[in-house]
Order: sequence, then structure tokens, then C-alpha cells
Amino acid sequence: MIEFELNGQTVSSASDTDTPLLWVVRDELKLKGTKFGCGIAMCGACTVHIDGVATRSCITRIGDVAGRSVTTIEGLTGDAGNALKQAWVDEQVPQCGYCQSGQIMQAASLLANTPKPTDEQITAAMDGNLCRCMAYTRIRRAIKTAAGGEEA
Amino acid sequence: MAMRAKDLSANVSRRTFLAGSAGATLVMGLGVVLPGCTREEVVEDIAADAASKSFAPTVWFEIGGDGGILVNIAKAEMGQHVGTALARIVADELGANWDDVGIKHVDSDPKWGYMVTGGSWSVFTSFAMLSQSGAAGRTILRDAGAAMLGANPDDVSVENSMVSAGGESVSFAEIVRKGDVSRVFSDEELAALPVKAPADRKLIGKPAQALDVPAKSGGGAVYGLDVELDGMVYAHPLIPPTRYGSAILGIDDTAAKDIKGYQQTLQLTDPSETLQGWAVVIADSFPAAMKAAQAINVDYEPGPTAHVTEDDILAEGAKLAADKSTGVLMVDDGDVAAARESAARTYTASYTTSTALHFTLEPQNAVVEFADGKCHIHSGNQWQSLILPVLSSALDMPETDIIIHQYYLGGGFGRRLFGDSMIPAALAAKALGKPVKLVFPRAEDSRFDCVRSASVAQFDASIDADGKVTGIEHAVVAGWPTLAMAPGFMPDGVDGEGKYDPFSANGADHWYTLANHKVRIVNNDLAQRTFLPGWLRAVGPGWINWGVESFLDELAQETGKDPIEMRLAMLDAAGKNAGTAPNSVGGAARLAAVLEDVRERSGWGRELPEGEGLGVATTYGQERNMPTWIACVAHVAVSEGRVEVKKLWQTIDCGTVVHPDGAMAQAEGGSLWGVSLALHEGTRFQDGQVADTNLDGYTPLRMSNVPELDLEFMDSTEFPTGMGEPPIIAVQPAIGNAIFAATGTRLRDLPIRLS
Repeated sequence: MIEFELNGQTVSSASDTDTPLLWVVRDELKLKGTKFGCGIAMCGACTVHIDGVATRSCITRIGDVAGRSVTTIEGLTGDAGNALKQAWVDEQVPQCGYCQSGQIMQAASLLANTPKPTDEQITAAMDGNLCRCMAYTRIRRAIKTAAGGEEA
Repeated sequence: MAMRAKDLSANVSRRTFLAGSAGATLVMGLGVVLPGCTREEVVEDIAADAASKSFAPTVWFEIGGDGGILVNIAKAEMGQHVGTALARIVADELGANWDDVGIKHVDSDPKWGYMVTGGSWSVFTSFAMLSQSGAAGRTILRDAGAAMLGANPDDVSVENSMVSAGGESVSFAEIVRKGDVSRVFSDEELAALPVKAPADRKLIGKPAQALDVPAKSGGGAVYGLDVELDGMVYAHPLIPPTRYGSAILGIDDTAAKDIKGYQQTLQLTDPSETLQGWAVVIADSFPAAMKAAQAINVDYEPGPTAHVTEDDILAEGAKLAADKSTGVLMVDDGDVAAARESAARTYTASYTTSTALHFTLEPQNAVVEFADGKCHIHSGNQWQSLILPVLSSALDMPETDIIIHQYYLGGGFGRRLFGDSMIPAALAAKALGKPVKLVFPRAEDSRFDCVRSASVAQFDASIDADGKVTGIEHAVVAGWPTLAMAPGFMPDGVDGEGKYDPFSANGADHWYTLANHKVRIVNNDLAQRTFLPGWLRAVGPGWINWGVESFLDELAQETGKDPIEMRLAMLDAAGKNAGTAPNSVGGAARLAAVLEDVRERSGWGRELPEGEGLGVATTYGQERNMPTWIACVAHVAVSEGRVEVKKLWQTIDCGTVVHPDGAMAQAEGGSLWGVSLALHEGTRFQDGQVADTNLDGYTPLRMSNVPELDLEFMDSTEFPTGMGEPPIIAVQPAIGNAIFAATGTRLRDLPIRLS
């Protein structure tokens, strides 16, 4: 039995230690906001935070999160999280929307470390997150909106 | 009958609009009263909440006693915010307060009639019916409200969900709560109702946030992949080595039996023959199914195309393109043979496009349950009416007992026009007697994709002594999706010598005036046998226009003309290119207008640094009957064998823009799709299968590849056309033409590879 913290609550899983965190979160713990895209950590749809760091849950073994703190899109709250989600609405970012949980989690990690990112910093942080609808210009704009502009 | 937008736009003739009260709800619909029923019965059935017994609605909305307005949407939501656009058309005419309006995406039910979402058709085919339904609803509310106010109906106004006269108002909610509103309009009465003049519109063309965006901005939107049913098991597909003709000789699951959660491997027999040589791994969880799938060995007898390569398919295409005895004529204007005989010189070029994947980010999936004698399928889908008969054959049960429950689509792009991924889930659920959730992991999703066929085009131009192009022969060769999946929708060739796939031909019948023009549409039989060709976003024009607009550029070069001046001279809006009302008023003159606009905005003709260039292309969108007029200029920089797209300008005329921000989102995403298909995507067949099945080999455009976008819409009150696909089309040839301008190197193969 593996215990870890999920969105502030202690949870446990009886799955094999090599089970990807993605499926434990989605199918055992019933939080469906985190998505399955490529299964090889190259699309970013499955992005969650582990101890605050954006991580691809599709290749993260459940055994490796024992005792750690996992945050999913459902648990991304507080001023920073809400500002991002609101910016996504204000800038009308999503098209099909399937990648957007991962985009928002990746962006939250960026803003936590770099509150006023430059264009280059946004590109570097977000390039691993595929948007198949290619709403990239709005993703960039929403990150800037949530950040309240660039560092002077 | 060819399926064209105009057929689907089924005008309102022989339709009835009616309204009836069901408790504290006012229900309104435009549709067909079913045989043997009367309009009065429909109204009675509405009151009993059983209107589907007697009425097949095309438009169906209701107003609750709280004033909430719910518009049913029979179109799939896959990123285009279609429900928002359609609901705003109704709500505008109805005189509704937009804050009161909500939408519901409905399940498949015969009462909704033909269900398909594709072709950039939704607004174009729905606009007239939605407008007239809204106007009818407004008339009913106006009259009922006027009676409550003791006013003459001619003296009241209907706005913001209120009926007002002489300083007094009643709300829609109050009218509905009073109840007993029933009314019927015949098609003649409906046609006589005035719809708003463009200047009077309150919602159409005005800024709005899309109704689906909040759920998609916090993880709350529910996609097919998110569905769970009690007692379900998970299934993982085992894909055979060829799409057709593979057979399973044996399955060895010895190694899988030690995997916790593995249940069994189920071999599938599909009476519809969509699946050939198929099995699925059944497990307690999806990770267990994936792990077991790795441990299972299947011994296949592969089908006959097990060794086919991309080169084989392209070679077959080139052979067919060069053989002028093949194919079916789509266009045969003038006399190209005579033009060729009298030509001072001729010019020939061939173009290819490689296999491309849909790569919807949500992999294909379906959850299926048999209950109460019905088959319930939970899966996001674009064309319910296409897959239902196939499912009926696969499951040996009537279509009417199969219900497809709709969800958000994690990307459609044409992949979900064919719901073939439902079949293995349904067969497994039937065999097991319990609900099954089938998920295609990414590689399996790619291997089972109905890919965009590789294509070959050949152009032969005749040029007179003055350097004028006098004729063009054009051969278009590819695998045909419509032949494989919906052959009844193929039109006859103009020569009466057979049928062709319009979705592998559109784009060739362009609006440039050519006295002598012949277009031959040819099926690549090797492609057809090797894989299931699919409709990929932008469909025919998405690859056919690569050749059309690149070749025009070559002709401009060959005849010493400016590429834009040469195009403008051919866009004379003469003869068949004059346009017709209401769809294409103005004809080619509107394409000339967007081309002139983009010439101005892009600074066409200016000096650029070494290694940089501007290229131009146009498109009329998806089909001649539904033109979205677009001109594109691309600015590229080429250095050290790498192409950088610095900026794209597009000027777009899609007539009335119903939901401007949604249209702009399509223009932005579509422009980048054009860049992606030109430079970043593309795969090849190898051993009868696509070689690139995941992001380590198939590489759609990322944020770091995004150029500056400068996109403008023409102000227009003309009939609205489509926006979901057309912005992709001109980008690819504009980039190719810009590379030629920058380097002098003419590229004729997509995706573009410099080395």
C-alpha cells in the first residue's frame, strides 16, 4: 500500500509500484482532469505537480511518489491557481481543451519560479506541452495576463 | 447524390415550427411532423413530454419558468465552440438575453435526423433554419406578451428576454409561467416571418465568451476518455499487421497470466468486416491491460499489403497521374487538347504530399454497455449517422437500438468522423456481457488511424506566344476516404464516366478563370488497399491546393509576371466564377479583394534581407458552393538548411462572422496547422503501416515554432460560410512560394524538407 498526499488529502493505492501515477489519479482516485495523451512524457497533457514541480504523471511510477505531495488541476487553487484558470477564460484559450489541464499545471510551475516571465522563458517552459489545436498564441497571452505583465 | 453543403443545409420547406407548454417549460422546435401524426398531436405530445413520438426536430429549444433558455445542439464540440455560435443565432432572433442561454449536446437519436459535424458546414448549413426558428419563437413570445400587456403586437418590442410596450414589460419567464402557449407555423407562414436586418442584430457578430471554455479551463470538461460505468472492464487493442486481410493464427498469453489484473485476450469476429484479425486484452485496470499487451504474442497471417511502403504508394500515384486514360473528370472546360496544340510552349510539374496523421490528443476510445435491449455507446463522435449502420451490422441489431452518447471531443480534425473505435469495444462488451472501456494507447491510435492519404498531382500548362496561360490539365491522385466509408456520397464525373470522391477533389475546381481547364480525379488503388484513407482537417483543399497554388507561382515565374498580378488577372469573376446568391455573392471578385488587401498589409514587393522572401497563395475554402475567401502571404527566412516562418498574414472573408472570437481562434489555430503540415508533420508507410506512431517521430508544431500572425476578417453581411478548416489551406503553398522567393529553390513535396 502506497500512501501519498493528493491535493492536500492523504490517499493510498494498492497498485503495483510501477503503475503510472496518471492512471492511479484518474481511475483509482477518480480525478479525471489530468489527461492521457502520448504515454511517453512528450505531450504534457498528464502534467501534475509533485512537491510543487511540474511532472509528467504518465511515466511517474506510483512507487516513486510515496510520502510526497501531488497536486492535480482540481487541486490547483489559491490566488495563483485561480488567476491562471481565470486568465484561460479571459483570453478564451481552449479549443478542444484536452491539453489545457496540463498547460495550466505547466504554467503554474513556471509562474511559481518566475512570476514575470519573458517570452523566451514562457517558450522554454511551455515547449514540451503540445496543443493539437495550436492555441499557442492564447496560451502565451494568458500566462502573461495571469502574471500581470513582464518584469520591468 | 453527392453530399455537399447545400444538400445538408436543407432549406426550411415542408418543415413546421411549433411551440407547446410542457408544465412550466415552453418548448419550441423546427422540424418534420412524423407520418401519421398531426401538428396538434405534436403540441399535445409536448405537453406530455413525449414529443419525439410525433416530431423530428432540426432545431429544438426550450424556455424554463425561471427564464433559462436551453438550446439543443446536435453538432459535436471539438474546439470550434459550435454550440455557442449556433445558440447565438437563435438567441439573437429570439430577442433573448444571452446570459439566459445554455446549450446541451444531444445523443444520437433518429429524431435528430442526419448527424454529422465536419466540412466546416455547421454555421453555413444551420444559419437559415436557426434564424427562422428564432424569429418564429420571437413572434410567439411577442404575441403572448402583448396579450398580457394588453398591447397591440405591432407596438411591442422584444429584447433582452423581455416583451415591452408603453413603459411596461413582461419577461419571457413570466410568459412561460403563465403557460398554455401553443402555436403552429406552417412552412409558408415560417418563410414569411421577417428575420432581423444585420444592423438590428444584438449577438451575431458581437463579442462573446464561448460557453464551453470555463469547463475546459479547470479540468472539469468531460471527454469520452473520462467515462466510467459500474462493473466495467478495461480493454486494450491488439492491432494487426495490416488494416485489411490479416488473420490471427494463434495467441500466446502465457506470460500475461502472471500480471495482476489480467483477465483474458478476446479474439474478435466483426461481421461488418471493419476489423480484420483483431483481438483485445481484457483487464481489471488499464495499466494492467497495457502491461499484459506487452507480454502477449499473437501469431498473424498478415494481409497482402504487409510490405507496402510510402514510395510504392507515391510511385503508383505518379504512374496514374501520368496516364491520361485514368480517373474521372471533375472539370472539363474548353478544350485543353486544342490549347496544347496551339501553344507556343508547355510547362509541366508534379507535386506530392506525404501521409499525415490526425493525432487527436485524446486517443480513440469508447465505453459500451448493453442494457434494456439497447447498446449504449459513450464516445465523442463527429458522424453518428455514418457509424450507426456499421455498428448495426457488427452487432446484428437495429440501428434504432444503438445510442451514441456524446461528449466533448479531445480533438476531432476528421478522425472522429469514423467511429470505428467503437466497434471493438462493442463486440467485447457483447461477448463478455458486461460494460467495456476500450482505450487506444498512442501507438495503437496512430496505427489504426484513417490517415490522410499520400497524394500525387500533375499539372500540364499551355502558354501562348504572349506568355499567357491558355490551358491547364490537372491530375489529382490519392486514396479516397469517401469511396471507403461513404460511397453513396460520390458524385458523377462531368464526363459521365464514373464517380469520384469530392473530398479528394475539392480545391481543384478553383475560381481562377481558365478558358481551357481539365481536372482528372484518380483513385490510388494501392493506397486504397493498404490503409483506410481518412478525411483530415481541410480535407481535399488541404493538400490539393499545395499543387494548385505552387504551380500558379511557377507559371508566374515562367512567364515573368508578379505572382499577385497574375492571380488578380485570373480572378475576373467572369462566367462560372461570377458567384451566385446567397452563398457566393460576388464570386471571384471577393477572392481578388482579399488578395489585394493582403498585398497591401504585407508590404508585398518590398526589399528583404538575403535569404528571406515573401510568398503568396489563396484559397476558396472547402468547396465552391461554400466559399470562404482567403489570401495568405508568408514571410520566411532560410539559412543553413532551415526554414523559419517569420510571419503570416491572412485576410479572410467568410461572410457574416457569427462568433468573432471563435472565428479568430480558428484562424489562429488553422494558420499554425498550415505551418505544421508544411514543415513539421508527415510520416510514411513502411511494411504496410505508418512508421511514426508517437511524438518521438511525429512532430506537430510547438510553441517555439509559432510565427507572428497578422489575421484580418473582411467586414461583411453576406451569408456566413465555414471557418473550421479554410485558414489552413493557403499557408502551405504560401510558405513554399516564399522559400522559392528567398532561395530560388522550388519545392514540390509536402512536408517541406530542404535536405
